[in-house]
Amino acid sequence: MKGQIFARVLRFFQKYAPSITLAVGVLVFWEVVVTVFAIQQFLLPKPSAILTEYLNELRLFLDPAGASLLFEASGATLREAIGGFVIGCGSGIGIALLTARWTAVNQALMPFAIAANSVPIIAFAPIMNNWFGITNPFSKMAIVSIIVFFPTMINTVRGLTLIDPNQLELMHSYAASPMRIMRDLRIPNALPYIFSALRIASSLSVVGAIVGEFFGGPLWATLGDFITQEASRFNFARAWSAIIMASLIGLSMYFVVLALERWLMPWHVSFRTDSS
Amino acid sequence: MSETKCEPVIQVDRVHKVFNPESENRVVALSDFTLAVERGEFISLIGPSGCGKSTLLRLMADLLTLQEGELKINGKLPAEARLDRDYGFVFQAATLYDWRTVSKNVQLPLEIMKYPKAEREARARELLALVELEGFEKHYPWQLSGGMQQRVAIARALVFEPTLLLMDEPFGALDEFTRERMNMELMRIWEQKDLTVIFVTHSIPEAVFLSTRIVVMSARPGRIIKIVKNEVEYPRVFASRKTQQYYETVNEVREALASAHSYEI
Ligand SMILES: Nc1ncnc2c1ncn2[C@@H]1O[C@H](COP(=O)(O)OP(=O)(O)O)[C@@H](O)[C@H]1O
Ligand SMILES: [Mg+2]
Repeated sequence: MKGQIFARVLRFFQKYAPSITLAVGVLVFWEVVVTVFAIQQFLLPKPSAILTEYLNELRLFLDPAGASLLFEASGATLREAIGGFVIGCGSGIGIALLTARWTAVNQALMPFAIAANSVPIIAFAPIMNNWFGITNPFSKMAIVSIIVFFPTMINTVRGLTLIDPNQLELMHSYAASPMRIMRDLRIPNALPYIFSALRIASSLSVVGAIVGEFFGGPLWATLGDFITQEASRFNFARAWSAIIMASLIGLSMYFVVLALERWLMPWHVSFRTDSS
Repeated sequence: MSETKCEPVIQVDRVHKVFNPESENRVVALSDFTLAVERGEFISLIGPSGCGKSTLLRLMADLLTLQEGELKINGKLPAEARLDRDYGFVFQAATLYDWRTVSKNVQLPLEIMKYPKAEREARARELLALVELEGFEKHYPWQLSGGMQQRVAIARALVFEPTLLLMDEPFGALDEFTRERMNMELMRIWEQKDLTVIFVTHSIPEAVFLSTRIVVMSARPGRIIKIVKNEVEYPRVFASRKTQQYYETVNEVREALASAHSYEI
């Protein structure tokens, strides 16, 4: 058992050794360049300075008596991103499922969905801020949900309708009902399409939330505003520590989606191993 | 074998099928096609690509709609026969669902027909044993070879005990060696069960090894050139391929096919 865990850890490092080396290399290079060329810290802080700020905030967060502004702002942004992700992706999948039954409705909707998908929806952020109130977290969730809605809906519709004709004929040969075909063919067929949309949506939702926050909101309460405030005060190491938090949020949402994907479709090509 | 007193399992009467009748890519896929298949027969349809073999099979299966002529399956219209689940269909590609295990794939028709779980599992096990795939119940399709996948497809087509099996080039994608093994297995299953089979193929040896009759077709428009009655003795075993009768039948089919093509080349 212990040997097995050790072997897994070893395999993990073997697999990611090049990436880890690259990351460490880049950080060291960054630190050296900033030090050697004496670059002003407001232009580019050293990684070590960012890390110090970050650890300081982490200590405040872990200390029951202290309060970390950075971690509270991160929590707010995380809630907005998740809320928007759930609302947007949920309704995208839901509407795709509803319209998949009516090909005509579907075909009428798709061109609009594809057109809407190429609109820079983030431009609506100030409007959402006015609609829902600039301090209301729902204004950011609204932006996020609109951004993730279209790719999710389009991909789900594709997955529900792009089906091998033989697989449909097979269902017809058993005189299967439309509900049955939906449940046992269309939906499983759509899962890989849905998950590829959700993976994109997981990163988009953090981007959407933060850009929405740039357009205004309660002071220091969200990562977007935290970055704005600290940058305007030339506290660049603090701004960078917020950027790191934003990346961590984006990555964790991505990995949650990936884990869900593995759990729901273990049969999929991307998870096949040669041992059978 | 069976007497002519009972009505034929399949009655095809002057069937005509035209694709895109109004447009310039109008194709006469089948022309004046007449054929009666008795219970327990094994009929092979052989002919060049595009001669309407798949079209005929799809018409029987009610996967295409009939425009002209009459077609009866067990005395019923194809649509009724489909709703009664009178036939099992096997495609050239195994058409298994990636997200289902082998056993779950075989159970699919039974789930649709609302069989209880215990019976579904028992039947799937029985059919997988019939196609010699015991122990693979929990595997996923991608873990099996092409021949094994096609055996799963056959098990799935037979699991609800249809008396008619429609097969569209089921072994077309397999290598010669696997194909011969599959032929033996199909022969054994056909002899063991009370089955009528309509079998589309491109292979003359395969048709002669398996069939009671071989329908030789030609293209544009798809029609019957000749029906060869196959006198190769039963039981058909490995050695059947070395008999005089086998050679003669192979040649008869080959000549019929050649005569159909002579003016096309
Ligand atoms: N759905 C379809 N629409 C238009 N033409 C078709 C369709 N299906 C088959 N055909 C045409 O009908 C003819 C017979 O096809 P098919 O029955 O598939 O031939 P085979 O199975 O003998 O190769 C071919 O010329 C083919 O192009
Ligand atoms: Mg064909």
